[in-house]
Amino acid sequence: MENIEQRIKKIVAEQLGVNEAEVKNESSFVNDLGADSLDTVELVMALEEEFECEIPDEQAEKINTVQEAIDYVTANTSAS
Amino acid sequence: MSKRKVVVTGLGIVSPVGSTVSSAWENIISGKSGITRITRFDASSFASQIAGEVKDFDINQYLSVKEARRMDIFIHYGMAAAIQAVKDAGIDDISHLDAEKIGVNIGSGIGGLPMIENTDTAYHAGGPRKISPFFIPSTIINMIAGNLSIMYGYKGPNIAIVTACTTATHSIGNSARMIEYGDADVMVCGGAESCVTPLAIGGFAAAKALSGNNDNPETASRPWDIDRDGFVLGEGAGVLVLEELEHAKRRGAKIYAELAGFGMSADAFHMTAPCDDGEGAARCMTNALKNAGINTTEVDYINAHGTSTPLGDIAETIAVKRCFGEHSKKLAVSSTKSMTGHLLGAAGGVEAVFSVLAIHQHIAPPTINLVNQDPQCDLDFIPNTARDMNIKVALSNSFGFGGTNGTLVFRSI
Repeated sequence: MENIEQRIKKIVAEQLGVNEAEVKNESSFVNDLGADSLDTVELVMALEEEFECEIPDEQAEKINTVQEAIDYVTANTSAS
Repeated sequence: MSKRKVVVTGLGIVSPVGSTVSSAWENIISGKSGITRITRFDASSFASQIAGEVKDFDINQYLSVKEARRMDIFIHYGMAAAIQAVKDAGIDDISHLDAEKIGVNIGSGIGGLPMIENTDTAYHAGGPRKISPFFIPSTIINMIAGNLSIMYGYKGPNIAIVTACTTATHSIGNSARMIEYGDADVMVCGGAESCVTPLAIGGFAAAKALSGNNDNPETASRPWDIDRDGFVLGEGAGVLVLEELEHAKRRGAKIYAELAGFGMSADAFHMTAPCDDGEGAARCMTNALKNAGINTTEVDYINAHGTSTPLGDIAETIAVKRCFGEHSKKLAVSSTKSMTGHLLGAAGGVEAVFSVLAIHQHIAPPTINLVNQDPQCDLDFIPNTARDMNIKVALSNSFGFGGTNGTLVFRSI
């Protein structure tokens, strides 16, 4: 089973239409991976789907990089 | 000041008989049907289980995976046909053109019904958080025009017309008007449709509009034949590049034909049925010819609306006689819907492409499946085999729910 980091990077690459190799932990969705405001909303929906959780809007707004997504999922879900 | 002349300089198509202009045209003049049993969903409980689905189409030839995911299928088809037409016309590079004088006018009859249905299902299963932020921009009808303008930097008029099955004909005709009036020098125009879905098939079937000839998909669309029993739903897109004549000449563009005239009318009669005396349709053709300054006797070919419905085919026959009088006996009339099915808001687009090619290639497409001609439909419908003929003037008719009519007049140049 893939770990959280691998699963998130895969989702980010798929959602934003970028090569998985380009997706680094420090990558910003908007500044580095070309996401716009609608992409980031849909990305959060994809994370909710993958990790079977609900990410409240005020938390979602704070997830701007791959690492922030990994941290959130690690802290708030039972996935491992 | 004389009217600015409008010519056709680019063609694009996605259709059940082919998704390039050359393959679609080859199949149309060979009389090949694009109708099959429905594959998009399980239609076994529906009265109509057949459709003209687009086959062998890969949107990633035109758009990235990410771009494509933000658009419902009708936008994919519209973008693909428009990109073909733009490249055919050589206006993909606008560095030597005035971007503010290039517009887009591509409509749809229904729009993003597949994604509306899927999103509704997701909402009922998972609540409002399951609604994508791309739901609205991927389903609304003006997003082919919007996305194409973003892709190529076209800053002229940007609109989408919605008039049921007359959508594309109105889009093309009104685009010509915009060029005549000076709003634009170039317009990318037409229509797109994709709604082979349970609600669309179910809705048209409930209105008793669709053929139930499910065991014989290829012969189900049979305009003017005595055994016709309704239309067959099709999908796809047809797009033209229209251009002011002098503008086209200056840049050395290939010119297929002139768009000489456009007419519109309303039946003011019934929501879905055509007026049985053909008055509205006849007036539409008359208006178009008047706009073109062309006499009825100069017309060689009509690409008919010809949907294969019992009432509509008779009404159009009466309308042609009413408009053309004695000359109706000399006209060649065909329905390419016998092969493509009825593409609703895209119908006028693909049929404009076929009408232009009929002039350009000197071939009138056939009406296939015309075995026992209805005595009430007594015109020369070019039965079953394409005809080599010199076509100077061709009409393309579209009639839509609500009683809205449109006719384009193309002339050889």
